[in-house]
Amino acid sequence: MAAPTVKVYGPPMSTAVSRVLACLIEKDVQFQLIPVNMSKGEHKSPDYLKIHPFGQVPAFQDGDHISLFESRAICRYVCEKFGEKGNKELYGRNPLAKASIDQWLEAEGQNFNPPSSTLVFQLAFAPRMKIKQDEGAIKQNKEKLAKVLDVYDKRLGESRFLAGEDFSLADLSHLPNIHYLVAAPDAAPLFTSPNVARWWDEISSRDSWKQVVDLQRGA
Amino acid sequence: MVVKVYGPTYGSPKRVLVCLIEKEIEFETVDVDLFKGENNEPEFLKLQPFGAVPVIQDGDYTLYESRAIIRYYAEKYKDQGTDLWGKTIEERGLVEQWLEVEAHNFHPPVYNLVINVLFAPLTGAPSDQKVIEESDKKLEKVLDIYEERLSKTRYLAGDFFSLADLSHLPFGHYLMNQSGRGTLVRERKHVSAWWDDISNRHSWKKVLQLYKYPV
Repeated sequence: MAAPTVKVYGPPMSTAVSRVLACLIEKDVQFQLIPVNMSKGEHKSPDYLKIHPFGQVPAFQDGDHISLFESRAICRYVCEKFGEKGNKELYGRNPLAKASIDQWLEAEGQNFNPPSSTLVFQLAFAPRMKIKQDEGAIKQNKEKLAKVLDVYDKRLGESRFLAGEDFSLADLSHLPNIHYLVAAPDAAPLFTSPNVARWWDEISSRDSWKQVVDLQRGA
Repeated sequence: MVVKVYGPTYGSPKRVLVCLIEKEIEFETVDVDLFKGENNEPEFLKLQPFGAVPVIQDGDYTLYESRAIIRYYAEKYKDQGTDLWGKTIEERGLVEQWLEVEAHNFHPPVYNLVINVLFAPLTGAPSDQKVIEESDKKLEKVLDIYEERLSKTRYLAGDFFSLADLSHLPFGHYLMNQSGRGTLVRERKHVSAWWDDISNRHSWKKVLQLYKYPV
């Protein structure tokens, strides 16, 4: 069988990389995962900067015809390009469904991501990298995230998933950061309100996410 | 029935307004005073539970997050007004990429500068000098990358004006004008030319004419 034409560059333990991997698996799109050794600075090498000028992960290529970066843009592209494959509801089957998904993808990117990413770095990565934790930042971002999750809990009491009754890119986009935070004793209690807990349990039990977690463990 | 846009005074709602004008879509606006905390009142939170502007109402339909709103209208009215998505799936992918770059790399440092340099004196909130310095440094790096990109293509996603360029207008305006940091753009030849091009579009001039900024 020919090698897949879709390539994803970056370590699977990266939250943004794992966001793209989860999407590709949901859409049943074969891909090659190309390692990028960030502890050796490979993401800042001249060759890598050609495919990602900001020196971040992931980068993405689909054969010869496109090279992209920004995980949420890659996910949207994958859903457009491979619309008929895998999970067809992932980015909505009509404009109103898609708009609701985009609303919650933006809420994730603008409201959930900043405090949760800081907490992921402080609680999951800083200890591994032997970097001193910033207690002030942890406290401040837990408070911010708690307020965001209050809104989520109310929403998830009215709706099975964030954008409606189907699992979508909006829910998927949350998987990487929450995965790390529920494993951190300092942050796990943030996700115990009844509706958020129910939703987290459901989305993290999906086969696609289990496969991503396997890739993270294997790396 | 006309689209209702809440909070036209502020930056993010202007992202929606300029898009609606490009797409020749009629709208009306409803003022929301953030300084008086009208965004935290129960009636407003029913529309936008995070207490942010903008939110739109289109008949019975409510939608928030400016970058979701512009995606929706640019798609719904694809055959009307300016084409903001590009012509192919690949071009659209590039528009999505640079929309995300604006949201995650350009917007945060500019927003921090707006809050700390412009709004803090007005609200009596403390101004964080460390955040200001970090934001200035970040912005220089981001604009260097924009300079490299715009030396190769006329606009961010390619040689066509798109949602990605449009998305920079509201906070780009703050950067170029009120924040006193216009030199960051002016000292980068291609970014400077690009800014002049997009900010001189009829649609953006119309937004500025109709709706003043709070600062």
